[in-house]
Amino acid sequence: MAEPWQTAEIPGPKKALVITKPKIVSAMIRRAKRPILIVGHEAAEIDLDGESLIDYLIRLSNLAGMPIVATAHTVRYFIDRGFRPDAWMPILDIANRLRDPNWSGLDGNGQYDLAIFVGIQYYMEWVVLSGLKHFSPKLKTISLDRFYQPHASWSFPNLNMKDWIACLKVIEEDLKERGG
Amino acid sequence: MTKKEFLVKIGELKTDIGILKNLELSVGKIIEETWEEKPGPTPFPSITDLREWDFKLLRRYRPFYMPFCDVCCLCTFGKCDLTGDKRGACGLNMAAQQSRIVLLACCIGAATHIAHARHLVEHLIEKFGRDHPIDVGGVNVEVEAPVTRLVCGIRPRKLGDLEDVLDYLEGQVTHLLSATHTGQEGSNLDFESKVLHAGMIDQVGMEIADIAQISAYNFPKADPNAPLVDIGLGVVDASKPVIMVIGHNVPPAVEIVDYLQENGLHDMVEVTGLCCTAIDITRYDPKAKIVGPISWQLRYIRSGIPDVIVVDEQCIRADSLIEAQKIKAPLIAASPKNCLGLPDRTNDPADEIVADLVSGKAPGALILDPEKVGEVAVKTAIQVAPKRRKFKAVPDVKDVIEGAKRCRRCSQCRRACPNDLDIPKAIEDAAKGRLERLAELYDECIGCARCESACPEDLPIHSFIVKAAEKKIKEETYKIRAGRGAIQDVEIREVGGPIVFGEIPGVIAFVGCANYPKGGREIAEMTMEFASRRYIVLTSGCAAMSAAMYKNEEGKTPYEIFHGAFDAGGIVNVGSCVSNPHIAGAAIKIASIFARKNLRANYEEIADYILNRIGAVGVAWGAMSQKAAAIASGFWRLGVPVVVGPHGAKYRRMLLGRKDREEDWYVYDARTGEKVYVGPAPEHLFYAAETKEEAMVMIAKLCMRPSDTTKGRAIKLTHYIDLSRRLLGVMPDDIHLFIRTKADIPITMRDEILKILEEKGWKERKIPDPTLLPRLIRRREE
Ligand code: SF4
Ligand code: SF4
Ligand code: SF4
Repeated sequence: MAEPWQTAEIPGPKKALVITKPKIVSAMIRRAKRPILIVGHEAAEIDLDGESLIDYLIRLSNLAGMPIVATAHTVRYFIDRGFRPDAWMPILDIANRLRDPNWSGLDGNGQYDLAIFVGIQYYMEWVVLSGLKHFSPKLKTISLDRFYQPHASWSFPNLNMKDWIACLKVIEEDLKERGG
Repeated sequence: MTKKEFLVKIGELKTDIGILKNLELSVGKIIEETWEEKPGPTPFPSITDLREWDFKLLRRYRPFYMPFCDVCCLCTFGKCDLTGDKRGACGLNMAAQQSRIVLLACCIGAATHIAHARHLVEHLIEKFGRDHPIDVGGVNVEVEAPVTRLVCGIRPRKLGDLEDVLDYLEGQVTHLLSATHTGQEGSNLDFESKVLHAGMIDQVGMEIADIAQISAYNFPKADPNAPLVDIGLGVVDASKPVIMVIGHNVPPAVEIVDYLQENGLHDMVEVTGLCCTAIDITRYDPKAKIVGPISWQLRYIRSGIPDVIVVDEQCIRADSLIEAQKIKAPLIAASPKNCLGLPDRTNDPADEIVADLVSGKAPGALILDPEKVGEVAVKTAIQVAPKRRKFKAVPDVKDVIEGAKRCRRCSQCRRACPNDLDIPKAIEDAAKGRLERLAELYDECIGCARCESACPEDLPIHSFIVKAAEKKIKEETYKIRAGRGAIQDVEIREVGGPIVFGEIPGVIAFVGCANYPKGGREIAEMTMEFASRRYIVLTSGCAAMSAAMYKNEEGKTPYEIFHGAFDAGGIVNVGSCVSNPHIAGAAIKIASIFARKNLRANYEEIADYILNRIGAVGVAWGAMSQKAAAIASGFWRLGVPVVVGPHGAKYRRMLLGRKDREEDWYVYDARTGEKVYVGPAPEHLFYAAETKEEAMVMIAKLCMRPSDTTKGRAIKLTHYIDLSRRLLGVMPDDIHLFIRTKADIPITMRDEILKILEEKGWKERKIPDPTLLPRLIRRREE
C-alpha cells in the first residue's frame, strides 16, 4: 500500500491507484481523447541525470501531442528553452476550469479527459487534486511526481530518484515506440 | 437576534447602569442625539440581511472546494463518506460540508477576536472608566470607527459604548455557529454567505479591540512617524534579566512596563515579545523589543535568553510550559483562555508566587490579574536571572555532530516537515562536521518542530538548525515602525482621488501569520518591490515583522528606507492583528470622506463602491490561523480580494472568478442603467498562489478596478505588464480584457499592444460609472 509522502496527509476512502508499471501512464495518454499536462515551478528545480525535468516534459508533450499549461512562473523556464507552452496560469485557475463541464478548453475544442500534474509543491497539489477528485467526476488525473499523491486517479508510490527517472524513461520510450 | 431584541437588550443594559429611562428607547434615538448622518438600510445586520450582496459576489466569484478530508465526522451518524456526489446520513453533500468547515473556522476566528475585545474592553473600563473617550487620532481622525459605523450604524464615543457593540457581535457569532449544527444549513452558498457575515463581524470585533487600546493606552494615534523600534533575535540585551511576552492581548505586558517604570527598573530589565503582544507593547513602550513572528517561539525560548515567559492568548504553542521548563524559566499564564493546567494563583500574595517560581517549587502560575502579572513577572525575572544564568536548550556543535551520527536516514523528519525541507541530507552533512546545510534550512524553517516529534532517534532537529545558524541569528537586528493605528482623514482626502482614479496603482496590505513556504524574506521582498513602484503598502501582525527583516547595502531596513505615511511609496505598519480594520477602514473612509458616500449602516453600497473603485488587495502570505480566515472573509464581503501563499490552499475553499466567461463581468452604468462589460477586475476574491513570482503579478493585476481613469489604468497596466515580463518572462496573455479604450494603453508599449489587440479582435468599450446595485442607477434607459 502506498503512503502519502507528507505523513499526516491521510487520504481516503477513495485513493489513487498506484502506478506499478510506468506503461500504465503511456497507455492512458494514448487512450485519452484530450489529455493535458500541467507543470508547476518545482519542475525547473528537478535535475534528471543531467537534464532538467522541463526538457523531459517538453519531449513528452511533443510525443503525445499533449498541450502544456505552465503554472506559477514556470512559463519562463519553457520560454528559456524556446518552447512556448499552450497556456500559463495559476494552478487554481486551471483546476477551476477543469472542474467545469462546460469549459471549452484552451483551444475551444472542449473539456479534457486526462490531466497530468507534475512539479507543484506536494501539499498544494494534494488539495488541488482533492478538489478535482470530488468535483470533476469525469476527469482522470495522474500525478507524475516522485511522491504518492493519493487524490489523483493514478500516482507513483514514493520513489527514489533512480527508480523515478527509470519510470519516466519507460513512459517516453513507450510513447516513442507506439505513438502518443 | 432580531433587531427588536437587540433594541430591548440595549435598553436593559442602559437600565442597569442607570442611563435609560424606559425600555422603549431605541438605538436610533441614542445615536440621533450625537450623530446627524442618516442611517442606511442595515444597522446591526442579522445573519441574512446582506445575503443578496453576498450572492452577487458568489455568482461572480464561485467557490472552488478542495476537501482536506473525504469524510465528515461531526456527529455520531458519521463518519460519513462524502466523496464525489455522495451525501451523509443527514443529507449533506461535500460542497456544503466544505463551506461548513470554512464557516466553523471563521466563527472560531471571529469569536477569538470578539472575546479578545470583550476582555480588553472590560479591563480598560475597570481601569479607565466607562466614560473614557474614544480617541484614535485627535482632530486628525473624525471617523474614529469606520467599520463599526458602517456595520452597526452607531458612532462610539466612550469605552462604555463599545460594550453595546460587543453584545451584538457575540449574538451574531452564536447564530452563525448554530448554523453549523447537523441538520441546519444545507446549501453551500448559504454557508458561504454566513462565512462573509462572520468576516464582517470579525472586522468590527477587531476594530473595537484596537480603538479601545489606542484610546486607553495612548498608543500612536494615526501617526505616520510612529517611532522605529528594535526587532530581531539579535537585539535582545541578554546581560539583563529578560521577560518574554507572547500572544495577542496586551494588558499583562502593559502592566509589566508600568511596574518597571513605577519602580525605577525600566533600564534594568528587558521586555521582549513575540507575535501581536510584541507589536502592541512597542506601541505602548518603544523601548520594548520585538523578537519576531510566531514561528520564533521555540528558537527564542531554547536560546535560554528569556528568564520569565508570560503568555496571554492566541497562537501560543501548547507546549510552551514544557519548553520553558527545558530552560528553567518560570512561565506565567495570564489569560483565562489559556490556563495550561497551572494552579490559579490570582488571589495569592505576589511575593508568595514569586518565591515559588524562583525556587522552582512551581514551574509556572496562572494569574488572571494583569497588574499582579506585572509585579510577579518583574520580581521573578530579577531574582531568577542570576540563578539560571541563561541556561539554554540549544546543543553545542559537538552534540550536533554526535547526534547526527545516530541518524537512520529514515526521512521521517522530512516527511513531517510542512515545507518538505531536506533535513536528512543536512543531518548527513552534519555527521561529517559540516553544518552549512543545516544553517541554510533556518531561512525556510517555520520553527514548528514537527521534525523532532517524528524522529525515531529523538534528535532535537530544530535546535540543531538553530545552533548551525547561530551566526545569522546574532545578526538579526532590524527596525520596525511601531504600529501607527488609524489612517488620518486628511491623508484619505489627499490620496482618495489618486487611488480611485488609479493614479496610485494600488493599496496592498501584507497581513497575517508566518506560515511561509520559503521563509519571511519573501514578504520583505514583496513589500519593497511594491513600495518602490509607489503603491501604498500596509502591514500588520507577523507580516509587519517579516517585512522589517531585510537590510540593504547600507544596512537600512525597509521601514527606514520607506516612509510611514498613507501615501504612494509608503510602508505603513498599522499594528497588530486587531489593527487590520484600519486597513478596511481606510477603504471605507475613501468612500465616505473622499466620495462623500453615507457610511452609517450602509454596508452594501460602500462594499459596492470599494469592489468597483478602490484598487486594494490583501496578501496573507503565511496565513495559518482561523483568525486569518475570518480576517480574509471580512475583506471579501467588503469587495477586497485576498491572496494567500500556497499553504493557504489548505483553507480548502477559494473564491475564483473566470475571466474567460464574459457574462460574469458586467456591471450597471449608474448613469444610464445600461449593462457594461468591464473585464475581470478584480479577477478573484480569494486565491492561493503557488509562488511569490506568481503572487506579485496577480497582485498587480488585482489592483485594477472598473472605475480606473484611462491614465490610472495605463499606470496599473504598466506595472502588471512589467512584473509579468520580469518574473514570468512573458507579456500577459489577457491585457485585451483590461484595455477599454486606446487611452488605457501604456504609452511606451503602444505599438506592441496595438498589435496584440488587433490579433485578439479587440473592440473599444465604455468606461461606466460602475455598480452592481440596480438601486443606485440614477436614470433608467430601456
Ligand atoms: S453531520 Fe451529517 S455528514 Fe457529518 S457525520 Fe453527521 S450525518 Fe454525517
Ligand atoms: S521545525 Fe523547521 S525543519 Fe522542522 S519540521 Fe518544522 S519547518 Fe521543518
Ligand atoms: S527522522 Fe531522525 S533518524 Fe530519521 S532521517 Fe530524520 S534525523 Fe535521521
